[in-house]
Amino acid sequence: MRRTCKEVAALLIAREDKPLPVLERAALQLHLAACAACPVFERQVLTMRNAFRRWRSYTDD
Amino acid sequence: MTIEHELAQHRGYLMRFARLQLRNDAWAEDAVSDTMLAALAKPQSFGNRSQLKTWLVGILKHKVLDILRQRRREVALTDDEGDGSEELDALMFKADGHFQQAPADWGNPEQELESRQFLAVLDACAGKLPAAMGRVFLMREWLELDSEEICKELGLTPTHLYVQLHRARLRLRECLELHWFGRVAAQ
Repeated sequence: MRRTCKEVAALLIAREDKPLPVLERAALQLHLAACAACPVFERQVLTMRNAFRRWRSYTDD
Repeated sequence: MTIEHELAQHRGYLMRFARLQLRNDAWAEDAVSDTMLAALAKPQSFGNRSQLKTWLVGILKHKVLDILRQRRREVALTDDEGDGSEELDALMFKADGHFQQAPADWGNPEQELESRQFLAVLDACAGKLPAAMGRVFLMREWLELDSEEICKELGLTPTHLYVQLHRARLRLRECLELHWFGRVAAQ
């Protein structure tokens, strides 16, 4: 169940496009609870998700 | 103002998006011309003028998709080998899987995300993606197609699709950190 930050970052990105298997979700939560850096990365990914939504309906007048 | 005038005002914007998506100026011209013709054919379809652009973009999305379908063979994914993904990985992570440098706190940029400058940067970042990767990413995020549809349209395996999307997102994150969120830290 131990994942490195590199693996966790990959999971957080992959989650944007497909649901993660339950085991990976558990491993992710476990790591996020104990890591300082990865939750910051997770917030970045969520910010990007919001940004893409804005961009979709962006008109540049 | 005539409908022709109003349509002409949106042309630049439509061209930009069509180019970004199709990565081919001639095809982008086709998509935008088709959009204009469709709009002229039934100008009564848009009731409210403030919604004209939204309506045009809706048409453009269909035209872009038509062209991607017609040109399917030509847009088939060229191998994005040497796209710098390994370098990006090495830039972000040490050999033991730890971050080289902790990811920066981007704060709570909800309001910034609305700003034109931010969207222009995001737009430029998407424009810098390698062509094949950029197309896949735009089909997913801008055209909002589901994975199955994209695979079908481009003849991709799901694995290949997810790899492309994954790389695109990592690059965009890097680009945004560098050109937008990094500003604060750099000051």
